[in-house]
Amino acid sequence: MPLLRYLLALACLTVGLGSAQGRTVTDAAGRRVEVPERIERVLAAGPPAAVLLYTLAPEKMIGWPRSPRPDEGAFLTPEAAALPSTGRLTGRGGTANVEAVLALKPDLIVDVGSTGATYASLADRVQAQTGIPYILLDGSFSKIPETYRTLGALIGAQAEGEALAAESEKILKAVAEAVAAAPPEQRPRVYYGRGPRGLETGLSGSINTEIIEAAGGRNVATAEGMGGLAGISPEQVLAWNPDVILLLDPAFAASLPTDPLWSGLKAVKNGKVYAAPVLPFGWVDAPPGVNRLIGLRWLAGLFFPDRFEEPLPEAVRGFYRLFYHVEPSPAQIEALLAATAPLAKPR
Amino acid sequence: MSEVVAVAPARRRLAGWSLAVLPVLALLLLVLVSLGTGRYPVPLADVFSLLLSKALGLTSAVDPTAQTVVLQVRLPRVLGALVVGAGLAAAGATYQGLFRNPLVSPDILGVSAGASLGAVLGIVLTLPSAAIQGLAFAGGLGAVAIVYGVGIAVRRRGASDPVLTLVLAGVAVGALLGAGIALLKVLADPYNQLPAITFWLLGSLASVNRGDLGAILPAMLIGLVPLVLLRWRVNLMSLGDEEARALGVETRLIRPVLVAAATLVTAAAVSVTGVIGWVGLIVPHVARLLVGPDFRRLLPASLLLGAGYLTAVDLLARTVATIEVPLGILTALVGAPFFLWLLATAKRGWA
Repeated sequence: MPLLRYLLALACLTVGLGSAQGRTVTDAAGRRVEVPERIERVLAAGPPAAVLLYTLAPEKMIGWPRSPRPDEGAFLTPEAAALPSTGRLTGRGGTANVEAVLALKPDLIVDVGSTGATYASLADRVQAQTGIPYILLDGSFSKIPETYRTLGALIGAQAEGEALAAESEKILKAVAEAVAAAPPEQRPRVYYGRGPRGLETGLSGSINTEIIEAAGGRNVATAEGMGGLAGISPEQVLAWNPDVILLLDPAFAASLPTDPLWSGLKAVKNGKVYAAPVLPFGWVDAPPGVNRLIGLRWLAGLFFPDRFEEPLPEAVRGFYRLFYHVEPSPAQIEALLAATAPLAKPR
Repeated sequence: MSEVVAVAPARRRLAGWSLAVLPVLALLLLVLVSLGTGRYPVPLADVFSLLLSKALGLTSAVDPTAQTVVLQVRLPRVLGALVVGAGLAAAGATYQGLFRNPLVSPDILGVSAGASLGAVLGIVLTLPSAAIQGLAFAGGLGAVAIVYGVGIAVRRRGASDPVLTLVLAGVAVGALLGAGIALLKVLADPYNQLPAITFWLLGSLASVNRGDLGAILPAMLIGLVPLVLLRWRVNLMSLGDEEARALGVETRLIRPVLVAAATLVTAAAVSVTGVIGWVGLIVPHVARLLVGPDFRRLLPASLLLGAGYLTAVDLLARTVATIEVPLGILTALVGAPFFLWLLATAKRGWA
């Protein structure tokens, strides 16, 4: 029977090879993608994917769309902070060189965000051109736990994916409960001012401001056609007279009480002007990734302070430990939070 | 016979006066409408009582927020539109006369490209807005200085047509600056800086406040004075270099003065508003169709029309939607069809 044994061995080998060579997964856009069994090197196609990947499996990262600046690196693991820049592969203006991507020899390319036809076709194109499997995941708030579990299972980080998914669910649930418990009239009207003079805003329904609605606020820039970023006249801000003003630049936020345009606003008089932290990743919208979870907890805590038992510094420490793999010092956390409420200090 | 001779100039003078007064009255009306319109509802009576009491130095009983709206938002904005529109149009008329070319706009020597590069650099470096404006102003002046320097250097080497060298140098330097802008856009943070850059490059008067007006007015006035004083020499310059020199105009002295003046005006204007195309190109044409090519009449006509045009366009920009429509879109959207219509129906010739 040596021949039979030989054939059997060959069959086993083929099966073994088959499973080692790959498996087929269906991504969030419904694309069927063949991926290798072991995935060690993962390339993030854009900033939201980089944040997702860093939180889940920093050791499998091979680069950042833009390498972190020193102030951002202070909140990242030293190994991850030292990773090179690989450029953006798709999305808002690709800057990655396809040959450079190939030279990095990634096992998998991951993108997170919109799963619409544009992004699905871009993923198909890059995959066809490079021969590297390209997975597209859903980046919306409610899908964060699912996205963690999917990617965790895919790249062999099930335990980490499950832990992050559970923590994401906890934050989303706590915020959703706080929002549901608050009567509609308690939900503040929020203006989110971007740009050098705080006169660019995300219209309601835009990815820039979905966090405001998720945290229980009401975006004053309500639907004017499709959501996106738009310029706003100061007069319109005065007409809205929001309860809360959310900005990006602490120095600009601190200047509002002396600025005749802004000083008369209800939010400025009541000291309800907040600057969103941006380290290591934006808390509100830059990039629109899992980094917004802590921003969600922060905003919901601002809007409904009596519905969260855990003090914010504790929540921040826990989030940074689990998601960013760092143990920020009390001074670092204090600096992060001090910049959020620049008007509160002199009072 | 002698009566007719005596009456005719008087009548012509009267017609001349009404020609001058009517547009000014129309502009005044437009300004009042602009001051009374906006996203924040302020009763018209309040607007006027407020303006009157402020003009007389009295305190007004109007609601404080309405006061902020009228005095801090609308007034600077309308004044900004007047000044910027007038400045861009005057600069455009000057450039068109200097370069003897109706396709020339104030951007021809790279002032907009230079200002854009300065502003984009400021945004990428996340500087405060005053510094962004300063960089834009410096960038606009710097770009034209480089172009002019190149023009002089080339002429020393024996190039024949100084105007052509200048224009070509402007095109080349403009392309270089454009490359710099594009590079900075690629490097900018796509979430925070890129939108700010895009909005700046489309131009807007939304954020103009009193401080901005105070910052640009001196440069605007310093730039406009030589244009007004040298207005009849621009006519001679538009005959061409040799003819102008034969008629006793020191072109080598006057041209740099005029270019510097028009550049100063344009750089100051775009430093606070961002790039606003079309005003400097189209308004001088419309003015020329209305009053003819004589720069002595073309300059005031351009000033008035430019001021009125930008005020009207800005009125649209801030009222058609809750959001601001960038001026760069509207100036072209409103201006180009109007320009085509004028082109098709005008009786007066170009030159």
